[in-house]
Amino acid sequence: MPNVLPPDFADLEPFADWAIPTERARYAKRVASTMDELQAFYDAAFPRLQAATGYLEELSLDDIAEDEKRLLWLFCALVTVAFPVEAWRQPRVPDSGAASIDAVVEPAI
Amino acid sequence: MAHFPKPAEGSWTEHLKIDTEPVSYADSITPEHYELERDAIFRRTWLNVGRVEQLPKAGSYFTKELDAARTSVIVVRNLKGEVRAFHNVCRHRGNKLVWNEFPREETSGFCRQFTCKYHAWRYDLDGALTFVQQESEFFDLDKADYGLVAVQCEVWEGFVFVNLDAGNTTPLRDYLGKFGKGIEGYPFHKLTQVHKYRAEIGSNWKLFIDAFAEFYHAPILHSGQYTPDEARKIQKYGYEALAYDVDGPHGLVSSWGGIAPPNDRKMVKPIEGALRSGLFGPWDAPDIGLEELPPSINATRNPLWGMDSFVFFPNFMLLIWKPNWVLTYHYWPTSYNTHIFEGTAYFVPPKNAFQRLQQELAAVSFKEYGLQDGNTLEATQTMLESGTVTDFPLNDQEVLLRHLHRTALQYVRDHQERTAATAS
Repeated sequence: MPNVLPPDFADLEPFADWAIPTERARYAKRVASTMDELQAFYDAAFPRLQAATGYLEELSLDDIAEDEKRLLWLFCALVTVAFPVEAWRQPRVPDSGAASIDAVVEPAI
Repeated sequence: MAHFPKPAEGSWTEHLKIDTEPVSYADSITPEHYELERDAIFRRTWLNVGRVEQLPKAGSYFTKELDAARTSVIVVRNLKGEVRAFHNVCRHRGNKLVWNEFPREETSGFCRQFTCKYHAWRYDLDGALTFVQQESEFFDLDKADYGLVAVQCEVWEGFVFVNLDAGNTTPLRDYLGKFGKGIEGYPFHKLTQVHKYRAEIGSNWKLFIDAFAEFYHAPILHSGQYTPDEARKIQKYGYEALAYDVDGPHGLVSSWGGIAPPNDRKMVKPIEGALRSGLFGPWDAPDIGLEELPPSINATRNPLWGMDSFVFFPNFMLLIWKPNWVLTYHYWPTSYNTHIFEGTAYFVPPKNAFQRLQQELAAVSFKEYGLQDGNTLEATQTMLESGTVTDFPLNDQEVLLRHLHRTALQYVRDHQERTAATAS
């Protein structure tokens, strides 16, 4: 399969299915995942985010390439996944039951 | 354990001349009382239905479902560039004029005129009836008599408001009072990057305002936002606001800075440290060209200030954060024990991918903690409805709750008096 992320982030290709363009779909994938799956994604992606501050600061949103867009969405997914991994210890927000809060407007990129 | 000084009276509640007795929630648990509120409050006050950025050019429109006010409105920018509002009803046989696929869902778009799906009656952007299908079949029909029913509509600082009371004589700016005037000049128009969330909540609308009008709950319900050691420290510390104020039906809580950025990096979770952002917003404030905050924002000019939360009666909350971003909350009742909650974050458009991720973390944090609030409200609603307990002690950090319920009750009483006077 051809790579979909920028070459510098080839090590994250196994997690390319997290490069999802909307918050609602990222959250849906999170709550449909096991903690092991979330932990594996977090363990691979978090150190890369930490090291990529400079790269991301140089990345303008005006003329962003498709592979860079996917990297941005993958890191957006990491933001969503960080809550269960770092705080909740479960995919869903504790005590949130059947409640949902859905994104209805969000940035195009 | 006072961290911040209180007024000379010893409490904010007494300072603001509000009683300190236990509070009843009888105003939140019956269909009968809700029916009174619909007419007394939602059909008589200025309601914020959106922002001017949603109407970028002549012909841009959106609809807003106002179930509590028993109507739906169309908000549109006309050819002169003015923002106007109309009841969303065709004058022919009462069909909802603007909707897509699902009659109860809101919609938006751009058009040169509104055409009814039923019999193709057409209205221009000022609501005038311009075309009647088979006009000659009607009996002495004068199109000038059948324009859309206009709704009072005014704009304050880019926020679009409507008032369903045709007899209303209070201009929006007067209604918003000293808080509104004291916020004017804040560059809301520069905060055009929008993340909006919507939720159906199983509680009375006032209970969610209650939840967001006090931060007494934050160190407990939302302790998960801190590392365990820090959560314990913060629980011991509790919560005190910098200041509270009320003006007519409206309220304000001014809060200290929290963790944007934190004094101690140990307080924050790894993702927050990596992105320099969190529930309180990105730690690096973008330039919004403001040399000094308008007078109502951080009114006490406290250096520890972090956020002001304005409660504009009945259902619009405006949160202005120190790192130059804004959150709005709206609570749209759909029955006595349900409502639709909208939370919208406004940021300066990000210059790069890192800033985009900082904003994503702030918006998603709001959602995560909002989910905790939302379900807790349903738990509260069910037990209030049980009627087992009827009097609830509220503390001084919950003064805005007393003010909200007192105000809402006063609107209902005034309405009942007016109705009785008309009937007799």
